[in-house]
Amino acid sequence: MNDLVALFISSAFIENMPLTLFLGLCTFLALSRRPGTAVWLGIAVIAVMGVTVPLNHLLYRYVLAPGAWAWAGMPDLDLSYLRLLTFIGVVAAAVQLVEMIMDRAMPALFATFGVFLSLLAVHCAILGGSLFMADRSYNLAQSAVFGLGAGTGFAVAVIMLSAIRRRLAYADLPQGLQGLGIAFILTGMMSLGFSTFAQVALP
Amino acid sequence: MKLWAQVTDPILHQNPVTLQILGICSALAVTTTLAAALTMSAALTAVIIAASGIISLIRTHLPSSIRLIVQIIIVASLVIVVDQFLQAFFYEMSQRLSVFVSLIATNCVVLGRTESFALHNRPLPAMADALGNGLGYSAVLIILGTMRELFGRGTIMDIPVLPTIEQGGWFEPMNLMLLAPSAFFLLGGLVWAIRSWRTEQVEKLEYKLAPAEEPRR
Repeated sequence: MNDLVALFISSAFIENMPLTLFLGLCTFLALSRRPGTAVWLGIAVIAVMGVTVPLNHLLYRYVLAPGAWAWAGMPDLDLSYLRLLTFIGVVAAAVQLVEMIMDRAMPALFATFGVFLSLLAVHCAILGGSLFMADRSYNLAQSAVFGLGAGTGFAVAVIMLSAIRRRLAYADLPQGLQGLGIAFILTGMMSLGFSTFAQVALP
Repeated sequence: MKLWAQVTDPILHQNPVTLQILGICSALAVTTTLAAALTMSAALTAVIIAASGIISLIRTHLPSSIRLIVQIIIVASLVIVVDQFLQAFFYEMSQRLSVFVSLIATNCVVLGRTESFALHNRPLPAMADALGNGLGYSAVLIILGTMRELFGRGTIMDIPVLPTIEQGGWFEPMNLMLLAPSAFFLLGGLVWAIRSWRTEQVEKLEYKLAPAEEPRR
């Protein structure tokens, strides 16, 4: 139990997806202009990562990993090179499924939320989460916690950045820095702040 | 002539990274050394040219309802080929790049170009445009990679340029350059530099502050 808590904290803060691993930066910068959209984006990322990472874990372990087909008399079969294609397919399908369920069950929420969901089908952080899971050979519980933790880290970072960027409306910036330039520098400062988490001693 | 413009335009005027915020994810993670940046640039340029060519060839047979998933599958298959190639011939480098080669599959530069250009154009212009965007992306990676390696370690491509104190020289390596924050600062500075030079790239303000009223006497 303790190491699951440690994994959650380390995936959310120490190895923060956008700030220390540079994953999911495209949406991180493009959708952080307003706190309202940032909150929805964060929730969507947590939900999709929490579902797809454990799902991909099951697929990887029982279909793709070397030796997964030993029970069928093919112990040498190694399909792990197909993991990228499989993971992308699972993420896209999961996103589509969540979209359909939401459209049916909560149409009002879907109207505000749906745009972000379809964006997530090609999101570096979500795919990266699944790839890290396979690289580090987590078990099922660990991959579920890792997915939720990494999603939470993304949500925290994007909401913080959007809050800062809203304040920037009152700042008198040099012309060339407006928009993208200052967003990068702010992200760098947040990343400096998050790097202090690396000193946290986990149990 | 037009093809030439399609290759050179994205390098400075329409740079995919600094103007369109595409593909930053991998641009920052792999630039701690120049060698890694070059490998990543070559991999991405190869994938984007092949993907644009293939998608442009089948563009008339592609129903628009499934075009996204077909593009993703084509790109992902090409990425697998590149990944296997790196693992076979440059094993150490592929370990150092870890998941970032695979993440070319979700790199927005690739999907952005195939979706917005290759789907509507003949193969030759599509590939020229892809080459240009690949080079534009590579230019940013090479600039960042050179600066981070030079100031972080005092070397370029592992050849010592600035003699470090450890080797009896005068240069104190800046460890911050090898960490995540410096990549953001450098890219922010690069964007600033480009936009101060090419002022037409400056973003318009969403809203402006009203001028302060004259104080009443």
